[in-house]
Amino acid sequence: MLLRLLPGDPANALISVGADEAQIAAARRQVGSDLPLAQQFLHFITSLARFDLGTSFVSRTSVLDEIMARLAVTVPLTLLSFLLAILIAAPLGIIAAVKANRWYGAAISVISQLGIAIPVFWVGILLVTVFAVNLRLFPSGGFPPQGWSAPFEALRALFLPIVTIAIVMSASLLRYVRSATQDVLGSDYLRTARAMGSGFGEALVRHGIRNGAVPVVSILGIELATTLLGAVVVERVFALPGLGSMLLLAIEQRDYPNIQGVLFISTLLVLLIGFLADLAQRLIDPRLRERSGDRP
Amino acid sequence: MTDLVDLQAPAPARRTPRSLTLSVGLVLVGLHLFVALLTLFWTPYDPTAMTGGRLEPPSWAHWAGTDRLGRDLFTQIMIGSRIALTVGAGAVAIAAAIGVTLGVLAAFATRTLDDVLAATFDILIAFPTLLLAMLVVAATDTASLFSAILALGIAISAIVARLTRILAKRVLAMDYITAARTAGSSWPSIVFRHVLPNIWPTLSVNFALQFGIAIIAEASLSYLGLGAPPPNASWGRLLQEAQGTVYTAPFGAVAPGIALVSLVIGMNLLADGLRDVGDPTRRRSR
Repeated sequence: MLLRLLPGDPANALISVGADEAQIAAARRQVGSDLPLAQQFLHFITSLARFDLGTSFVSRTSVLDEIMARLAVTVPLTLLSFLLAILIAAPLGIIAAVKANRWYGAAISVISQLGIAIPVFWVGILLVTVFAVNLRLFPSGGFPPQGWSAPFEALRALFLPIVTIAIVMSASLLRYVRSATQDVLGSDYLRTARAMGSGFGEALVRHGIRNGAVPVVSILGIELATTLLGAVVVERVFALPGLGSMLLLAIEQRDYPNIQGVLFISTLLVLLIGFLADLAQRLIDPRLRERSGDRP
Repeated sequence: MTDLVDLQAPAPARRTPRSLTLSVGLVLVGLHLFVALLTLFWTPYDPTAMTGGRLEPPSWAHWAGTDRLGRDLFTQIMIGSRIALTVGAGAVAIAAAIGVTLGVLAAFATRTLDDVLAATFDILIAFPTLLLAMLVVAATDTASLFSAILALGIAISAIVARLTRILAKRVLAMDYITAARTAGSSWPSIVFRHVLPNIWPTLSVNFALQFGIAIIAEASLSYLGLGAPPPNASWGRLLQEAQGTVYTAPFGAVAPGIALVSLVIGMNLLADGLRDVGDPTRRRSR
């Protein structure tokens, strides 16, 4: 909302270079930038309450409709890469902690160190080079115009982007899984369980995973939100019509209703993810449920 | 600095000697620093001149090949080191100035002001650095190297501010602060004589980490076309151009990425090494 304070009149997006004063005034009236800022803000808040995000300055279409269409790309992209990242990071992170003294435990740690230093778009470009240019297995970018009514083509288009995000995401997740596992390994309850006769693997599975998962889940929430908002780069690499590319285009065109709309919806989604992560933590750990009464 | 670690009691059980982490980090960062300084006086070719055929593969004359205008890529990558280090240092300096000031202010402030500031930091941190930087870039009318540095500095400052606030509060709860207050020390003297020296080791480690994050974010901004405009050879822009010619000249996407990753890894290792040197309790266990 503060974005309206930025330099550059949004009406500029509507008019051509040689526009005269009357045309400029008409354009300003059309986008409402001739009104005082406070009035613009009030208008924005009241429309927001009706879930009306306005219409785009540039394409003259409903912002909410456009966002919904683009979420159909971004949400599956984010969730599928998230699941893949967990499938990669959870076993590898546990192995890296349990087998820290073996070469492969150390190797996993080194690879994850490498993974957090690699920018996501470079991974994307390299994957395109190998799998789209050389092997021709997947498209190098784009999304089928008919969308999810062509499910096979849609999944094929999303495959490389999903792998790209999952690689980078699992590298940082792995570190959290590893340190959570290390905490579990040093814990008294695991020693007790083993003293009572359960095998190492059994003790780890029965007591370790539930305890170790609690801090990891809160990290998962943050990572999921970051991926959702950070999809902008991957969407650019693979020319996907998602929420991130909408924001990028809107920033380039100074299309304020679109910028505000994307930020508003992303903030809602981030809050929702935070809430779900909190819920998941309480499901996993009963101690958090009992304490929840005195928490704000 | 490596001697500091070697003088400690022998720790044969450790997988990777900590001094190795620090040394590798110093070597990688030092190499980039050397190249960056070198480009101020000398580069293999004129970075803007056509010195070979278009999109030539790597050769002895052109170690990383040439771009679509026939300019030497290795020269541009070398200059990219300078841009990356400038952006990293500038962004961290701005983030430190804003973040440490606000963090210390919050730690000293009344309950209400502290709550407001802490909540603001938390909200800002929920958004990725890159997204915040994109919005700040959108706010400045023309993209320049400075606007990129400013955007990243502001975006990172929330992280620094939150860390500073937590660390400063911990120091302020110490008995020696109460003693200093009783003895009549003014608050500036407490800040500069007690708080800052105590939180500095942890902060500097975080600065090294943020340096790496700033470099990745700057490359991403440039890749998205929101970074420093063309005369500045940013690695992100080199990669974006390489992607355009990926069918005819796939090699162009390799070298700038390696340069970028080596500097970020160097910074991360440096941060790890510094933390272990600064904090004896972490040296033994991992």
